[in-house]
Amino acid sequence: MTTTAASRVVQVSSEMDIVRVRQAAREAAVEAGFSLVEQTKLVTAASELARNTLVHGGGGQVSTELTVQQGRTVIRMVFTDSGPGIADVDQALADGFSTRGGMGLGLGGAKRLVDHFAIETGPDRGTVVTISSAARRGRRR
Amino acid sequence: MHQVGEVPVLDLGGVLLVSIQVELLDDTVLALQQDLTERVAETGARGVIIDISSVDIVDSFLARALRDIAAATEVLAARTVLVGMRPAVAITLVELGLTLPGMTTALSVERGLELLDTRLDENYPTRQG
Repeated sequence: MTTTAASRVVQVSSEMDIVRVRQAAREAAVEAGFSLVEQTKLVTAASELARNTLVHGGGGQVSTELTVQQGRTVIRMVFTDSGPGIADVDQALADGFSTRGGMGLGLGGAKRLVDHFAIETGPDRGTVVTISSAARRGRRR
Repeated sequence: MHQVGEVPVLDLGGVLLVSIQVELLDDTVLALQQDLTERVAETGARGVIIDISSVDIVDSFLARALRDIAAATEVLAARTVLVGMRPAVAITLVELGLTLPGMTTALSVERGLELLDTRLDENYPTRQG
């Protein structure tokens, strides 16, 4: 059974909104009982992806949702933009690929920091990145 | 005291101490990078200590800026020491694929100053927040 516990949407149109997305991720992670390391990973991934939404996607929105699946609280975040999209996803996910000032670790790095990562994109189709993570059992603190 | 956005830069006499206490916007990070490099040139500082003990995440953007600050100050004959990284941040950085090669790190401001051969001014609060 899946129960949606809470959902929150942040519009991303400025740098300040990246901070808001980080805060949304942090609050959700605390509520879900994530350990400090788990919180930090999720918030860092959210920061990378929100920056992509702003810089590459020209802005968009980020929704954060807590669901309970079989007794585990799962956080799902969806980053949506209607920008130019990504022509070569494999290349964009590869470390060292950057079209702008970053270290080229944004997309691939974010993927490593979460349990599940999915991307839907293509030229002129915009980009939707969905990530989800759950707290490990018995490590609540 | 000198200020970049909301980030104070303290001159400890030859060593610039930057303590990041606020949630950083990307613009603030870039301003800090430029300002610190200029201040090293102006003051002839031999060291820069960046205290990130209050920073709860370091993403690739901030990591790059820190690396660039260290590289630029080194060209100006000053050494940058990154201090106070939280363990959760370190674990996340490694998983992200960032190990900050070439950056000098220390666990605390005091240790950082030791590395730079400077004693801590009594006026600087060693434990904050």
